[in-house]
Amino acid sequence: MRQVKLNWLTFLVGAVLFMFLLVGCNSSEGETASGDDSGGESGSETSSGSDDGGTSDEPVELSILVSETASTPGFKKVLEGIERDLNIKTKVEVRPGGPEGENIVKTRLATGEMSDLTLFNSGSLLMALNPEKYFVNLSNEPFMDRIMDSYKPVVTSNGKLFGIPARSSQVGAWLYNKKIYKELNLEVPKTWDELMENNEKIKAAGKTAVIGTYGETWTSQLPILADYYNVQAEVPDFADSYTEGEAKYSNTPQALRGFARIQEIGERGFMNEDYTVATYDQGMKMLAEGTGAHYPMLTQVLPLIAENFGDKVNDIGAFPQPSDDPSVNGHTVWMPDAIMINKETEKLEAAKKWLEYYISEEGIAAYQEGDKSIGPFVIKGVDLPEDAYPAVKELVPYFESGNVAPALEFVSPIKGPNLPQICTSVGSGQMTAEEAAKMYDDDVKKQAKQLGLNWD
Amino acid sequence: MSSKQEEIITQYQQESSVQVVKTMARKKVNKGLILIESFAFLIAIIFFGIPFYFVIINSLKDSGGAAELNLSWPDNFQFLQNYQEVLTLNDGIVLRAFLNSSLITISSIIVIIFICSMAGFILSRRQGMAKKLNYVILIGLMIPPTIVPTIWLLQKIGLFKTFPGIIFLESALQFSFACLLYTAFVATIPKELDEAALMDGCGPFSLFFKIIFPLLKPVTSTVIVLSSIQIYNDFENMLYFFPGADNATVQLTLYNFTGIYGTSYHLLFADVLLISIPPLVLFIFFNKKIVDGMTAGAVKG
Amino acid sequence: MNNSMKKIYPLYFLIPAALIYCTFFLLPTSMAFFYGMTWWTLDDWEFIWFDNYIQFFKEPSLRIGFQNTLIYAFSTMGGKVILGLLLAVFLCSKIRNKSLLRSVVFFPALLSTIAVGFTFSAMMHPTNGLINKALGILGIEGPNWLGNPKIALLSVALTDIWKGVGIATVIFIAGIMAIPKHYYEALKIDGGNALQSFFHITLPLSRPAMNTVIILALIGGLRTFDLVWAMTGGGPGFSTDLLASIVYKQYASGFFGLATAGNVMLFVFVALVAFPIFRFLNRKEVDL
Repeated sequence: MRQVKLNWLTFLVGAVLFMFLLVGCNSSEGETASGDDSGGESGSETSSGSDDGGTSDEPVELSILVSETASTPGFKKVLEGIERDLNIKTKVEVRPGGPEGENIVKTRLATGEMSDLTLFNSGSLLMALNPEKYFVNLSNEPFMDRIMDSYKPVVTSNGKLFGIPARSSQVGAWLYNKKIYKELNLEVPKTWDELMENNEKIKAAGKTAVIGTYGETWTSQLPILADYYNVQAEVPDFADSYTEGEAKYSNTPQALRGFARIQEIGERGFMNEDYTVATYDQGMKMLAEGTGAHYPMLTQVLPLIAENFGDKVNDIGAFPQPSDDPSVNGHTVWMPDAIMINKETEKLEAAKKWLEYYISEEGIAAYQEGDKSIGPFVIKGVDLPEDAYPAVKELVPYFESGNVAPALEFVSPIKGPNLPQICTSVGSGQMTAEEAAKMYDDDVKKQAKQLGLNWD
Repeated sequence: MSSKQEEIITQYQQESSVQVVKTMARKKVNKGLILIESFAFLIAIIFFGIPFYFVIINSLKDSGGAAELNLSWPDNFQFLQNYQEVLTLNDGIVLRAFLNSSLITISSIIVIIFICSMAGFILSRRQGMAKKLNYVILIGLMIPPTIVPTIWLLQKIGLFKTFPGIIFLESALQFSFACLLYTAFVATIPKELDEAALMDGCGPFSLFFKIIFPLLKPVTSTVIVLSSIQIYNDFENMLYFFPGADNATVQLTLYNFTGIYGTSYHLLFADVLLISIPPLVLFIFFNKKIVDGMTAGAVKG
Repeated sequence: MNNSMKKIYPLYFLIPAALIYCTFFLLPTSMAFFYGMTWWTLDDWEFIWFDNYIQFFKEPSLRIGFQNTLIYAFSTMGGKVILGLLLAVFLCSKIRNKSLLRSVVFFPALLSTIAVGFTFSAMMHPTNGLINKALGILGIEGPNWLGNPKIALLSVALTDIWKGVGIATVIFIAGIMAIPKHYYEALKIDGGNALQSFFHITLPLSRPAMNTVIILALIGGLRTFDLVWAMTGGGPGFSTDLLASIVYKQYASGFFGLATAGNVMLFVFVALVAFPIFRFLNRKEVDL
């Protein structure tokens, strides 16, 4: 009996020792291995020297923490370019997106465990991180001059610049299936009422008029966020007054309207049967295959449609969320995520070179090799390439005529964290637009308090 | 070991095995039962088997087939291809995660067995002590760990992001449950045994490690299975207290297949299946013993 | 207890356990009581007394959270107790393939919550999901399991029961096996039938096992949210938010002081629900 006991205890202890050995070996192997396959030609002999730390052709290794949606083919192409031209290897660490991801970033910043580089949202979410405390001030770097003035405010805190754009800008629009529009003889709507008439016709034809994908809650916010162009056109000082705690969703009819739009879409039964649980990828499938006509969404979905459904991406167009007035018609723009340098990095020079390359002509060219743009770049002198998606081409006139405005989260530091869930509550008929506005105002107030803004 | 001790041990072991013998003897074939039996069998298979079948069959399909999420036979078998893709993804992150998770699980289990069996022994023998500490231990069952203070603490003692850090943390989180099981189980071991050992001049160490600990085998098996499932399947704590690209653990690998290009269900299910193998193997090994440990432990307590 | 006995049960045997449990669990937990009363940005804090608690009770989804937590904890607990007991009785009876069946019932407990969440959300899809397709074959139109706010929580609870019933069953099996067989034999001699033996012997005498299941399932149900998070994310709307998921979201949104206060409230809530039940069950046990 005791014999047996001893045996499996020995076995367990043995197993652990074995594991430690394996992990030990593996981690040293790991370095070699990553050198081998990402380094391509330069790889294998470098690893042997890693102990004595640094002959001149030794590649520097930088770590970057990105959200799972950021590691696109274009991003990877730039990393390859950086490794080839600068001899800097980049170790990519992927985190979940959404609130879990934000939490991870905040926790790691506060505990001093951040990677050398961080890719994170720009605008209000970045401001919530207290960038001055954690990131390197880039105001005096010459390469920052390449960035357009329109982008700078969303990475600026207390007059200092902290990040570079990680990709092109994009818009939140009503993506629509042009085949359905042709089939049913519909016109691109200029007012909300026209849009609703189109929806009635599409519904009568037995198709889904508006694709809803509340299974991923963030997708539910588009009709309110993309309405911001209209809000700012009608109430020009909304953002400032909202940041100061005076303008509220519940006391500004033009802002409240965003919730009402969601409520109307839900109440009139325009959405797909499974809208409360459908996911982002099911949504893009419906739009691409023409079972759904409209998908209020960010243009970042286009490369995914191209990837998964090939040429069908050419059937997709984009129009801005219409207002009640046909003369107010423009796009709400999302500024790209930013890449920042962690203040505590030991490889500051390499990190700066990395950023410089990322937004250089070579960097952008490498990026465009992998990803087609989803909107204009915010880098000076970079134009949309000829072969852009048709939907993206449809955006160009709006940009050229200046009928665009950044979304609210890029002009005010405050965004209430519960907005996605509030939107799904409204869309699924559990809450009215008025209740939602009131609830969101409270949510915003809480956020303001956490940011240290004095509202009372 | 003196004859007195052995006598007590044999008697104790006989008592606990008597029931098993009896149930074996009562096994008779009753034809009327067969119908009910097979019906119940069928129900159990449907409720517990189909989800498994669902995962297995979809892990063999191609990406389009798996996205349909049905039970149909694969049109296009991709067994090798799918599993190979999962295993080679990101420089073999899944294999690395296997190693990390196994190391953490096994080490934590050893720590847990060590500290909880000793604590359980003392708490069970000194009832006054146990009464006082009861609620302190129960707290551990009730509260989830507080994230930021815990990270702060781990950093202060230099164990954040390290194997020892996460191992001790997981041990602390499993302590209450395992300790309660041990305490209850020790109560079934006759105290006369301790007295006999004392007469023979045993010290506390030889009493515990040579005599008591081997008798705890059933409950140790229970703890091994239940706690290692908890630790191996832990997602939250690994995410917070063991971050870093090299520190991947198995549950985190699932997120590799739900990224921006939509969910790759075929690979996701292949991964689900792969990471479920170790607990399955463990369970097969300890299957019968789990019940034994509970019989004397949790249930009489 | 005399001195020599004390010597053989030395208190220093508790030291390793105490060291690990206190350092890694009790200490950070007690720090939470302090940080719960601060405005906290992780690197900066300001003592604000009970503002966080006041704010916490003003959370709009809090009422739903309390309600859902109770519904979820008690329904999963009830499901696990009833199903677990029935399965255990069945698996202790004179059937063949017993050990295979036991394994089958226990298997779900081996899987990770995330894996189960992914699988069941796929199976519960209203139109493409396996469950509704199967119901469709039988001519029943299945509900929108996770999309209908009225039943989404119960759908998650059902999944939880599916996953957790294995452990409950094992505990019950252990309890039933511990019942001395002569009780059953005596009843048989008196001419009792199977139903009577269940109600007069199995049920009362497996009480300790039932208490264990109740406590574990209840505490588990009150403090967890991972399955809800994996399957619905608290939605649609706020309809499946639990207390623990509200606290988690506050953390995720960066309301660290508030979330820590929420953690404390969660603990108090669990204690308020669980301790009376715990004491009640223990008293009953003594009466037997």
